Amino acid sequence: MAPRDERNTDATEGVPPELLRVANLRAYFHTRAGVVRAVDDVSFSISPGETLGIVGESGSGKSVACYSLLRLLPQPPARIESGQARFHQLDLLHCAEKELRAIRGNQISMIFQDPMTSLNPYLRIGDQVTEPLRIHRQISPSDAFDLGVAALREVGIQDAARRMRSYPHEFSGGMRQRVMIALALITKPELLLADEPTTALDVTVQAQILELIREMQQQRGTAVIFVTHDIGIVSAFCDRVLVMYAGRVLESGPTAQLFQNPKHPYNQALQRSIPALHKRGEELPTIPGAPPDVAGPIPGCPFAPRCEFAEEKCVTSEIVLKKVAPGHSSACLRVQLGEIDLRPAAARVVAAE
Amino acid sequence: MSSPNDPAPGRSSLWRDAWHRLARNKLAVVGAFLLLALTLASLFGPLLVGQSYFAQNLQLGATPPSAEHWLGTDTLGRDLLARLLYGGRISLAVGLCATAVALTIGVLYGTISGFLGGKVDSIMMRIVDVIFALPFTVFVILLMVLFGRQFVLLFAAIGAVQWLTMARIVRGQVLSLRRMEFIEAAEALGLSKMRIILRHMIPNALGPIIVYATLTVPSVMLLEAFLSFLGLGVQPPMSSWGVLIKEGAETMEEFPWLLIYPGLALALTLFSLNFLGDGLRDALDPQSAKD
Repeated sequence: MAPRDERNTDATEGVPPELLRVANLRAYFHTRAGVVRAVDDVSFSISPGETLGIVGESGSGKSVACYSLLRLLPQPPARIESGQARFHQLDLLHCAEKELRAIRGNQISMIFQDPMTSLNPYLRIGDQVTEPLRIHRQISPSDAFDLGVAALREVGIQDAARRMRSYPHEFSGGMRQRVMIALALITKPELLLADEPTTALDVTVQAQILELIREMQQQRGTAVIFVTHDIGIVSAFCDRVLVMYAGRVLESGPTAQLFQNPKHPYNQALQRSIPALHKRGEELPTIPGAPPDVAGPIPGCPFAPRCEFAEEKCVTSEIVLKKVAPGHSSACLRVQLGEIDLRPAAARVVAAE
Repeated sequence: MSSPNDPAPGRSSLWRDAWHRLARNKLAVVGAFLLLALTLASLFGPLLVGQSYFAQNLQLGATPPSAEHWLGTDTLGRDLLARLLYGGRISLAVGLCATAVALTIGVLYGTISGFLGGKVDSIMMRIVDVIFALPFTVFVILLMVLFGRQFVLLFAAIGAVQWLTMARIVRGQVLSLRRMEFIEAAEALGLSKMRIILRHMIPNALGPIIVYATLTVPSVMLLEAFLSFLGLGVQPPMSSWGVLIKEGAETMEEFPWLLIYPGLALALTLFSLNFLGDGLRDALDPQSAKD
């Protein structure tokens, strides 16, 4: 409805208009044990057709960030303490429930982690795939059925018309995730939130599903926010990456830069600990320690206790995400001050020459 | 089975499929027919028996089944078959209606409470606890004092008690369903709360609901006998199965048929209900389909 802001495309070359801009998102859980700061001051944006990866360990707040956008967190205990999520003219975090419902499953869809449990076992696949159409569009049952068949066919389900009458338990995990993708994309949403959509699948199926999401995305120009803990998937799949840790963004930037030129020790350590076949015989470097408890405030950098470069100022001063290269931001104080260079030794020599 | 060319699945494919599956379950069909037969017999039987349910024959007294009195007579010489059929009207009506009332209130209340959660849930469940804590007898006497002896009160009294357990059971089910991913997915699709409840929650909670409902019917029928004893509900010379069983039990050593036949009628009803309920539960669960 809102006229797209098209000035940007001409005025500033290469900066497409933003589809979603999230600013200062804070989502806390108020539990008996204290306030868990699951997402603490997270900002990012995504453009139409772009793929944004959010990586992080379990409990880093990546899924919570994703769920908060559609306000799917159980409130209480969760509460969105601050922030904005501007989607077209609407602030998703503060708009009326009714306005949000009109967007859910229509302009913004979501794919969940476990395809085995995200379909209702009591309803036919056809009923579930066409459900978004029936609530968001004025459409006759037979048209909905036809669109459902087309959607299933598009995600590679054989004999789609007959499969519309099947129940979820008659499908394998990979097939169910295909159904979930068909279901999420049937309304042609502008933004797809994928919360670890391949975690519960085995590796070969994982590759197929990723390929499918990419295909659908390219056909329709859908923007995708891809939440995952698999840094390998990110490198192959995403345009830009957000690295989260203990509820905060430690680094964000274009995928290639993030991998070739890490600007945060955490990112560097993560990449070093990816098992590589060619480094046979060497011990795999790991990150010592465990992620901090996010119940209660963390002074300074949350990664400092595990960081090989940490100094006293890392713990005593407030950390902020700052731009350290074009399009590339880091929350590491020492990188911001230019004290450390995290590039691999070879890259450093090239740069010096 | 239906062909793949069937028209597009409509809103109620769940119920239509369940019906097809139910029709293929022999025990459930037998149960349904027996229940129907008992209902029809109670409705129209008294017209055909040609015996009065209240005409006493004190000279005759209690007699075993004979050509004239097929199921014998009771201590006052009244025809047992006529009394049984008349009693069936009351018992079946009370059993089915009160259960239906309890089912409706309990399911709605429990679902809303479990679905909304938080403070609303706490308050709604405390209300249930309070009503649960009221002694039933006191409650009934209170009703009688306030409204006098009315037959409708029977439904009110039973309904007011039976929905409580149902509400608790349903709430428990809904609470566990609430955080299932497909409910979250439904929410993420933009479904309204009411639609999520009706379309996704209740069908998934139906198994325990149906089992409990079939268990409620017999306890309601026996409760009716207790209420009749207190003076609420059925008054002599009217009868119900509960009343007949109670009277029969008192004289069962001398006149066993006075207990056996009403007991048989009740048992038959309960068996039918259990078969039907079991079949319904299986029919509603697509995973149990063996095709």
